[in-house]
Amino acid sequence: MFELIANQYNYWICILLMMAGLYIVIDHTNLLKKLIGLNIFQTSVFILFISMGKVDGGTAPILEEGYNVFSNPLPHVLILTAIVVSIATTAVGLALVVNINKRFQSIDEQELEQIELEEE
Amino acid sequence: MLAVTAIAIIAMRNILSVIMLGGIYSLLSATFFVLLDAVDVAFTEAAVGAGISTVLFLSALAATGKHQALTRKNHIIPVFVVLVTGAGLIYSTSDMPAFGDPNAPVHTHVAPRYIQQSGEEIGIPNIVTSVLASYRAFDTLGEVAVVFTALIAVLLLLGLNRGSRQDKS
Amino acid sequence: MSVRKNPILLESSHLLIPAILLFALYVQFHGDYGPGGGFQAGVIFASGIILYTLLHGTKRAEKVISLNTAKVFAALGLLLYAGVGVFGIILGGNYLDYNVLAHDPVHGQHWGILIIEFGVGITVAGVIISIFYAFAKFKK
Repeated sequence: MFELIANQYNYWICILLMMAGLYIVIDHTNLLKKLIGLNIFQTSVFILFISMGKVDGGTAPILEEGYNVFSNPLPHVLILTAIVVSIATTAVGLALVVNINKRFQSIDEQELEQIELEEE
Repeated sequence: MLAVTAIAIIAMRNILSVIMLGGIYSLLSATFFVLLDAVDVAFTEAAVGAGISTVLFLSALAATGKHQALTRKNHIIPVFVVLVTGAGLIYSTSDMPAFGDPNAPVHTHVAPRYIQQSGEEIGIPNIVTSVLASYRAFDTLGEVAVVFTALIAVLLLLGLNRGSRQDKS
Repeated sequence: MSVRKNPILLESSHLLIPAILLFALYVQFHGDYGPGGGFQAGVIFASGIILYTLLHGTKRAEKVISLNTAKVFAALGLLLYAGVGVFGIILGGNYLDYNVLAHDPVHGQHWGILIIEFGVGITVAGVIISIFYAFAKFKK
């Protein structure tokens, strides 16, 4: 039992973080907070990838004399670019939120639904 | 620590403190990446997550004004959805390879070639750079194009609609 | 705003901003040997400019790098990246094949990686600076 926990706890942490992000996205109505929830969700996926790339006894993947065991560099590359793309997409989301606020003077989902109903 | 911060973010109502906690969360995950040997990734996460994204969220907050984060009155359905999904995912981890296992499927396909050959083929000590810029250069070209497209989208959404569209509507 | 006149913030930023910009260049061109590369360097460079903007406002910051210049840099970086690929075709290789860029394949790889990392760095820095300007100049 203990071995099972020690072997899999990284996945469980990822799942916990992912569910925290999902909960924020579903439950909170403030659009800015929803975006932060999406960011948490995204970071949990990053951690999942990076923790899969870890090799026991390995070191950072930079070739140097005296080291033979390296962690897997491929997830690092994928996540490195994904982080920069994530900030760009977050900026697009924020721009949408700011524009919604300009149009309706609200960034709360429930208030926006009401405004929509009133307009119809 | 990460989990505690994430749960604190759920509980907080004030958007400003949520944004600050988001920055702390990014910095913590950057230290976690260092522990997992991903120094390049940690570097990026510390600069992007803790620096730029916090500043962007704050400027969006400044542009929208302070609204309190309201939650739905009915918490039961979201909690149910989250618990069911989480339980399913945890059940599926029982088939996953153990943490740090050198024989896991991830490490057997292309990674050994990158680690063994990149020193001779590319001649650069940092394997991450040689994979990023040479073996997977198409990938990176696509990512750069995505970042550039996001810039165009943001400028279209924020920059070019001063007044004119408002007058029509 | 009172924050902009705070002498401690101003002086410490004057110490920090040149160091941040210099560190960005170090990360950019030392990415082959240590951790770093175009993505990180671009972000760090942009954060130096953003720090300056936060303290002095967009008007003074736009005298350093204007929104239009940042946009042009973002486009130039992407063009540089794609251009290296086309240059490879002209020299008789495949798209983005650096082996043909110099007489020795390993040297060619080195050149290719340096140039495209520079392209990535310019694009990322330009994109993030202009996104920040767009948000900072946005009027409700």
